[in-house]
Amino acid sequence: MKRQIPLALVILFGWLMLALYFIPLEGAQKINENLLDWTAIIGIFALALGIWSLISVNVDKIQYKKRDWPYSIVTLFGLFAMIVFGLKFGGADSMFQGQESYMFRHFFDDILIPIFSTMFSLLAFFIASAAYRAFRARSALATILLVGAIIVMIRFFPFIAEYTRPVADWIINVPNLAAKRAIWMGVGLGIVATGLKVILGIERSYLGRD
Amino acid sequence: MNPLLSFGDYLWMTFAAFLTLATFSFLYKDNPLYKFAEHLVVGVSAGYFVIILYYGSLKTQLVEKLINHEWVYLIPLVLGVLMWTRFNKKLSWVSRYPIAIYIGIATGLAIPLEMQTKVTEQLEAMMVYIQWNDLLAGGFWNYTNSFAALLVIIGTLAALIYFYFSKEHKGWFGGVATVGIWTLMLGFGASFGATVMARISLLINRVQFLDQWRINSVGSVHQEGSGSYTAIYWVVLLGMLGLLVVDLIRTKGKTETDLN
Repeated sequence: MKRQIPLALVILFGWLMLALYFIPLEGAQKINENLLDWTAIIGIFALALGIWSLISVNVDKIQYKKRDWPYSIVTLFGLFAMIVFGLKFGGADSMFQGQESYMFRHFFDDILIPIFSTMFSLLAFFIASAAYRAFRARSALATILLVGAIIVMIRFFPFIAEYTRPVADWIINVPNLAAKRAIWMGVGLGIVATGLKVILGIERSYLGRD
Repeated sequence: MNPLLSFGDYLWMTFAAFLTLATFSFLYKDNPLYKFAEHLVVGVSAGYFVIILYYGSLKTQLVEKLINHEWVYLIPLVLGVLMWTRFNKKLSWVSRYPIAIYIGIATGLAIPLEMQTKVTEQLEAMMVYIQWNDLLAGGFWNYTNSFAALLVIIGTLAALIYFYFSKEHKGWFGGVATVGIWTLMLGFGASFGATVMARISLLINRVQFLDQWRINSVGSVHQEGSGSYTAIYWVVLLGMLGLLVVDLIRTKGKTETDLN
């Protein structure tokens, strides 16, 4: 009951989806679409678990005045404000215009975008510092990596772009493509092998422990 | 203040500038301003995804279907609710049912799709017509000629051989594996370089935004191509060099283990 039925469900739905892929009938495609909707719906309910966990962790921190608890108020304020401003009900005069509302747009444009893009841009600093340590040409392979990275980085530099850009484009479209293609093939075959193990019932770690 | 901007929009822009600087303050060290920005973005992004997933997915894929009497959608509704049994220790095993169905569907879908996109389509892309009488058409650096196509085929096969560990990398096999690791390293280098440049583009964008905010604050209208843009690039370049020097002084004489 606790393990056998879930295992049977994985095998049943796994083979069903695999079979549906190869059946070019309208009915089969309809079932396929319905099952994909199911995964999206289950996924959203799982997200609710995450949101509940976020709320309970932060409420707990505020309630027991744990370390850095005032920041939990900020997190909860951001969460609830975004949800309230994103709701859509009432007529055209209502302030709840969903994703078109003034506050929702500004929360997105002036809070989410600046912080996310600044966080990613911070990596430019850390990458520059880490690259210096990692890229010191200690071996032939490290030198190849270093040369490839430098040529790609300087491809748009003024004055030398005329010479560096064709070389950088060649590196990106020839050796880089070959490397990526080999990795994709390896990853693809790995996913197929793992998938087969799952729908054959060999891989069962997702069931957890009793 | 820029007269073309409303006061409300200017206040929002000022708040965005404050958050940008608060996030940049992490370059010095973790501090209350950074923590404020970090906690705010966690809450706001979670709320954003709640709204996007409700209106973009749950409403269209479940609520509207049930309103249209497509009762088969009661099944995923029940399965979704069963996910919440994880809150109860005694009943948490029930959540295995929806998880099992989810894994089954996702796996059954992934097997043919991954095989198609990551294996067969990649093999298909390598099957190109080689013009042996004009290998270097357009010059050596022309990545669309037959020589480049041949190098891609050789590089891919060599890199695949490098990942094959069931045979010892010795003799001709070891030689091909060496070509494979060279290809991989050049590819990793190119990917790293492209990542760095993407981050620097974001950095320039943030500095341009701060510059725009400064100009709006003093009331003039920004002119593209003005001297301030050149100043931005110098600020970014000197800032990065400065950070690199500070970091090297800070880490001088320390091993990787000390730093970690």
